[in-house]
Amino acid sequence: MLLRRERDLLVERLMEWTIRLCGLSAIIFVFGIFFFVFREGAGFLFDGFKPLEFFTSIEWYPSSQTRVRYGALALIAGTASVTLLAMVIAVPFGLGAAIFISEFCPPRLRETLKIVIELLAAIPSVVWGFIGLTLLNELIIVVFRAPIGLTVLNGGIILALMSVPIIVSIGEDALKAVPDSYREAALALGATRWQIVRRVLLPAARNGLLAAVLLGVGRAVGETMAVLMATGHAVQIPLSPLDPVRTLTATIAAELGEAPVHSEHYQVLFIIGILLFIITFSVNLAADFIVRGIRRRA
Amino acid sequence: MPAAACWTAACRPFGRDTAGLAHTRDVIQNAGSDTMVNLALAWAEEYAELVPEVSVEVSGGGSGTGIAALINGTVDLANSSRKIEPREIARALEETGREPRQFIVGYDALAVFVHRDNPLTELTLDQIGDIYREHGAIHRWSDLGIQHPACRRDRIIRVSRQSNSGTYHYFREAVLGKGADFKLGSLDLHGSKDVVELIARTPCAIGYSGMGYANSHVKALGVARAPGEPPVLPTLETTQDGSYPIARPLYMYTAGEPGPRVRDFMDWVFTDAGQRLVLESGYVPLRPLSQPSP
Repeated sequence: MLLRRERDLLVERLMEWTIRLCGLSAIIFVFGIFFFVFREGAGFLFDGFKPLEFFTSIEWYPSSQTRVRYGALALIAGTASVTLLAMVIAVPFGLGAAIFISEFCPPRLRETLKIVIELLAAIPSVVWGFIGLTLLNELIIVVFRAPIGLTVLNGGIILALMSVPIIVSIGEDALKAVPDSYREAALALGATRWQIVRRVLLPAARNGLLAAVLLGVGRAVGETMAVLMATGHAVQIPLSPLDPVRTLTATIAAELGEAPVHSEHYQVLFIIGILLFIITFSVNLAADFIVRGIRRRA
Repeated sequence: MPAAACWTAACRPFGRDTAGLAHTRDVIQNAGSDTMVNLALAWAEEYAELVPEVSVEVSGGGSGTGIAALINGTVDLANSSRKIEPREIARALEETGREPRQFIVGYDALAVFVHRDNPLTELTLDQIGDIYREHGAIHRWSDLGIQHPACRRDRIIRVSRQSNSGTYHYFREAVLGKGADFKLGSLDLHGSKDVVELIARTPCAIGYSGMGYANSHVKALGVARAPGEPPVLPTLETTQDGSYPIARPLYMYTAGEPGPRVRDFMDWVFTDAGQRLVLESGYVPLRPLSQPSP
């Protein structure tokens, strides 16, 4: 009897520690990844790397035989333009869909919609890239009479479609988390459904909705395969949505296989990795500050 | 403890473990050039019927990737559509202790393709260079004297290859000239087939790819060595007699002298049967073949 109790106690301890380790592992992994990426790029970062050229020049010639140049401005502009366009499309659609599903939708349609949106999230990015490369490419050429369909617009649409499921499901959760008493109180005051959404639900769910949008941004910045296939992979600063571009992530994916380990080129690709890490970190940090600010005011 | 068992299984080193195994199994690992991947697959299939106890496993990834895999010891044979570089030989010596051995297994002519509706039929090497080279002066179809009705904005859409491609390296050296770089803003695609398919869908585009990838939607241009000289179309004869200016050898590399299995395979590649597959894959065999293919 005693033995059994002791064993149970031991199992419980073990479980407790396992779960604790699971929680801490997130911290360990993030710092581990940062340490690894930083270590691979550090050698060149502190010795010979030209930050001014990196951030202000568009000349990306990592494998030139005579004059190697690492100007990443065009790549940064590529990532920024595709992400921005994706968000311009995805945020209204995503939040609109979230509001519709949580407030206006009949229950049976809601279940179908949720399943379909989850399916949308489950489509592999390479399949999205393929759609961009074939279907959207031709569509853009025909509709916009553009010389080429692999453009910022193409990548933006693909990334928007990929970010919408995240924005919808997290946005819907945030709206669902607003207590029903808010809705009932507003109804009792004679508010219409639209007034409830605009004046009560949106302000109350602001934190969650912001989180939804920022996770969408994170998805768009970090996506690699689809943009590699859909944006044309051209090093230039886009002057219109119908110009091809190349993103930071696609550059790493395309060039890491060829760069000899620990060469300058290899290390520069890791410096791009550090830059991407810093971008997502800042996005999350900004979100955190904004959310805290909102909380304090509320 | 089950966790411990799982730990050891999960922690088996990836990637490198094939280095030792590759030489004991009856499998020849073969990777590299995307240009050569279909040819290598054709060889592998036919050889499997001839010698069932040996199987050749083929993958692509680019010439640079193949040579890197040879240096890492993960493949027996690296396909490359460019010559191995001195620094790669040095690294191979450092890592494996053996000097890579080179085999020329066929030739490839790089065709310069445009959309079939494009009125252009020929270019000089210099003109192609001016389209692709950094600071090159040709940006528009009208710069070439072409009125291209399907291309309203007149801009030439340059299609190029990613920098791990042997085709990219060869084109840079043969057309842009030693030490020159590509003009920025070209669409850098991943594969030879992608280049041709994109041009087939894009009236304003120009691109280069192995002549074996030609299809009915694209048109190969005649290339003249210099202004005034006759333009030469990429064909079997013009490649073998050396008159087509953008043709190159296709290489296979082994780390040091090949073992008996790889040696047998390579010997077969050089027979008429092996060389016929070069022809059927759209490339140019090393010599005129004695019999027409059945």
